[in-house]
Formats: sequence, C-alpha cells, structure tokens
Amino acid sequence: MNLKKILAYIVLIILAIISIGPFLWLLSTALKSQNENIFAYPPILIPQQFTLENFTGVWKQIPFMGYIINSFIVSGITVLLNLLLSALAAYPLARMRFKGKNMVFYAVLATIMVPFQVIMIPIYLMVLKLNLVDSASDFAGFAGLILPFAVNAFGIFLMRQAFLGIPKELEEAAIIDGCNTYDIWLKIFMPLVKPALATLAIFTFVGAWSEFLWPSIVLTRREMYTLPVGINDLQGVFSANWRYISAGAIIATIPILVFFLGLQRYFIEGTTQGAVKE
Amino acid sequence: MYKYSKQFTPYLFLAPAAVILVLFFFVPFLESFLLSFQSYRNDIYNPQWVGLENYINLFHAPVFWKTLANTFIYLIGVVPLLVVLSLVIAILVNQKLRGIKIFRVMIYIPVIVSIVVAGIAWKWIYADSGILNYMLEKLFDISKIGWLTDPRFALYSVMAVTIWKGLGYYMVIYLAALTSVPKDLYEASDIDGANVLQKHLAVTVPHLMPTITLVSVISSISAMKVFVEIYVMTQGGPLNASKTIVYYIYQRAFENLDMGYASAAGVVLLVIVMIMSIINVKFFEQNKQPIA
Repeated sequence: MNLKKILAYIVLIILAIISIGPFLWLLSTALKSQNENIFAYPPILIPQQFTLENFTGVWKQIPFMGYIINSFIVSGITVLLNLLLSALAAYPLARMRFKGKNMVFYAVLATIMVPFQVIMIPIYLMVLKLNLVDSASDFAGFAGLILPFAVNAFGIFLMRQAFLGIPKELEEAAIIDGCNTYDIWLKIFMPLVKPALATLAIFTFVGAWSEFLWPSIVLTRREMYTLPVGINDLQGVFSANWRYISAGAIIATIPILVFFLGLQRYFIEGTTQGAVKE
Repeated sequence: MYKYSKQFTPYLFLAPAAVILVLFFFVPFLESFLLSFQSYRNDIYNPQWVGLENYINLFHAPVFWKTLANTFIYLIGVVPLLVVLSLVIAILVNQKLRGIKIFRVMIYIPVIVSIVVAGIAWKWIYADSGILNYMLEKLFDISKIGWLTDPRFALYSVMAVTIWKGLGYYMVIYLAALTSVPKDLYEASDIDGANVLQKHLAVTVPHLMPTITLVSVISSISAMKVFVEIYVMTQGGPLNASKTIVYYIYQRAFENLDMGYASAAGVVLLVIVMIMSIINVKFFEQNKQPIA
C-alpha cells in the first residue's frame, strides 16, 4: 500500500466517523444505565454498565408501534398514489399529441419553482375547508396528510423520461393487435418502466417517511402522529432525560436504516435519475 | 363515439394528477396572494381585507429583516461548502479502493436518517457538557461554548448540521456525473506531470460544470427553505438568532394564527425563490439536461 492510499483511507475514516459518529454517540448514551454518568469527563463511548432498560422504558411510555404504523400507512399510500398518478399523467406527456400539451408541461414545471413552505398556509386552510383533519376521523386525517403529496413534478418528469425511452414499434405493434390506449399503457408500457417506478417508489417513500413540517401542522391527536412528529415530541416528554430521548431516537431510526441498507445500491446508483429531489 | 373518446384520452390520463395539483398547488398558490391582503388577527374565521397593511407591517418588523438576513447567511454559509466539499468527497470515494462502497454507504447515512433524529443527535453533541465542548477543551483548551444557546453561535451550529446532512446527497449526484469524465484526459494530465489538485482543476471541474451548477441551485433553494433543523434544535432562538424566514412564517401562521401576515412573508419568500428558480430553468434549457 502506498502513501497516497494510506492518506485516502485516513480521510475516509475521518469522514465515516463524522457521518455516523453522532448516531453512535446517541446509541452509546441510550445503552448507559441510570447509574452511569452520561456527562462523564472524559466521555465514555462504550457503556460501562451496558443496559437495555432505556429502550424498554421508552418503549413502554411512547406508542412507537402506533407511530410506525401511521408512518407506514402514510408513506405506503403516498408511494402508491405517486406511482399511479405520475405514470398516468406522464403517459400522454410522453407519447401523445394533444391540445394544450405545452401548457400542461409548463404548469407541471412551474410547481417545481414554488416550495411547499410558501403555499402551506392556503393548503392548510384548504384541508380545513375539505374537513380532511384528524379531528373529523382517522381516515380524514390520513387523507389530509397524504393528498397534498399524492403527486409531484419530479415523479411526472421521471416517468415521462422513462416512457420516452420506449421504442415506437412496440406501441405500433400493440395498436395493430387491437389494444386500446389504456391497455397499451398498462400492459406494454408499465412493465417496461419498472426500474423508474422502483426509483420513484424508493425516493417517495423516504421523502414521505421523513416528512415533518406538514404532519406537525395538521395533526392534533397523538394517536395519529407519524414517527418524526412522535420523535420530536420525545424532547418535550423527557425534557432532560437524554438516555430515554436517545433510546427513542435510535428506535425510530431502525426502520428506515433497514430499508436503506437493504436497498442501498438503488440509493447510491439510482440517484442519477433522481438528481432533482423536489 | 370512438373518435370522441379518443380525443379525450390524454386528458383522462392527466385528470387524477390534475385534480391534486389544482387543489393542492394552483388554488393555494393563487390564494396565498389573496391571503396576504387579508387580516386574520381579529377573527380567525372572518378575515378582513386590509390592503397592503400586512406588507407594511412586515417591512417595518425588525424580526422580519433579521430572519431574512439569517436566511441569507445560511445560504452563503451552506451552499459553497456543500458544493465544494461534496465534490471533493465524491472524487475521493470515486477511487478504486478496497471497501470503498462501505464508506459511500456510511457517508450517505445522514441523508437517509430523519432530520428530527439528526437534530436530536446534534443537540446532544452540542450540549453544554456535551462531547464537543469536552473535546475542544481537551485538545485546544477552549472553554465551554453554548453552541445552541449563545446567539453568536446558534445559527452557525445549525448550519453545520445542514451541511453534515447534505454532503452524502450531493456526493451521489457528483458520483453519477464523474462516470462521464473521459479517463484518457486524466492520463494526459498525468503525463504532463500535474499534481492531484491541478489534475482535478483542469479536467474534473470543467467537465462537471453543469452538475456543479445543478448542485448549487438545489442546495440554494433548500437552504432558503430550511426549517426542521431549526425547529428541533433551537426553535429559532436564542433571541431570534437562528430564526429563518420559513421558521418565521410557520410561527406567525400556526402559533400566532396570523395567516395574512404570514402569507405576506410567504409571498416575499416566493419572489426570492422564483428569481433563483428562473436561473434554475435557464440552466436546464441551456444544458439540455433532463429534469429527471
């Protein structure tokens, strides 16, 4: 191994420590028992009195399972709606000629330019007007959480790009065989754009899973909290109990970490397509 | 009949997405302008038209200017570092080294973990008796700093978290672009006896210019919208030291229920982001880069 390589590894190790260090420190704090000083000088990374009591303690007091289920419902339906609506809308934009196509294209493009934060107030008032709030019912609450994010320009453009890459001959052959437009979309095009659908699903899932601002605005009932809202709440519930807060934060991280490590090649390779997130 | 239905087919495909975008984008978008001319202060259910009052109040509020200034400090502090550091990291992890994939994954982990969790983790590191103060004291004999509680440091401490969380994301964008740089150009500069820095300045940077522009545009727009980090770590404090424009909008709208005033602030943010986005679109058209 030459000097250059050693140097590269040193820098890489430092970067890795900076990247995951904060989580390791959180984990270390969560594993320390009540008798151990978490403010010890010097700080102790490996717990002296290793314990899981913070995890069980926080699990008992915080309805994590409920938060996780809520997050799964919200993220899952958000993904399904995004796949369906983006694939539907992208199809005519990629493969048909119709009046107003340019206008539609630019209207979709325009949505990229306006951040959600700018229009969240009228969206909130809209959701109230439609009574899509958790005080009405669980269903209405979920609808209010999900519908504003049911489709976006990123998804439509991603699917459009995928449809554009399919050779015209396939479409022509299907027409000769007597397929109607809907059949062509469902049976010819959809199976061919599976990679794009997978990319869209993964990025939409992660986005919906970590969404914090909107749920924290619309949710009023604790039973409806999604995971990020629930975790933030830990700070209020356990004001200075850093062992519990850390344990809760670690528990909350496990699902998405498993998801990421399982699909990491899609993230690190797939982002070529997903270069523009919002 | 057949012809009739065929003519409407494209619109049927577009309809579901159109309903969502109209209901939750276009109508709210137009409404945000209308709201900015109304006051919700006296009665949340019966807003009154107040003309330019919200804007006048806004421009006379020192807090508004403070949050605007903070937002620009955020932008200026975060964007260049993200643009440059993620490129350096991308070049570093683009080498053929054993175990390089594991390093890529580790650097990407902050991107994937909820910003709420990241905020909590950093709050713990930044704590008065936290590990950062300890290390600084031991290594450099610096006395305790209130990273999140001292108005001089709070904003910068939160900025560091944004940078930390963004590096992996932009690294991956750069990595994708790096594969398109022709290898023989590096060989040529090796023959010329260029060192590593010269090589990348002469070959990598010019080739990656469109990506560098893209990264700076995306990171600028997300810097303008920063919210959760602040919400979790400082709540905009102390003394508004870390309050940015989106946080201010959130607070006025959903804590003070002053929707009209908050909408006026939203319109100002919109104008700023629009200007930046127009640059964005111009860039896309120029480079003919697919949006997605």
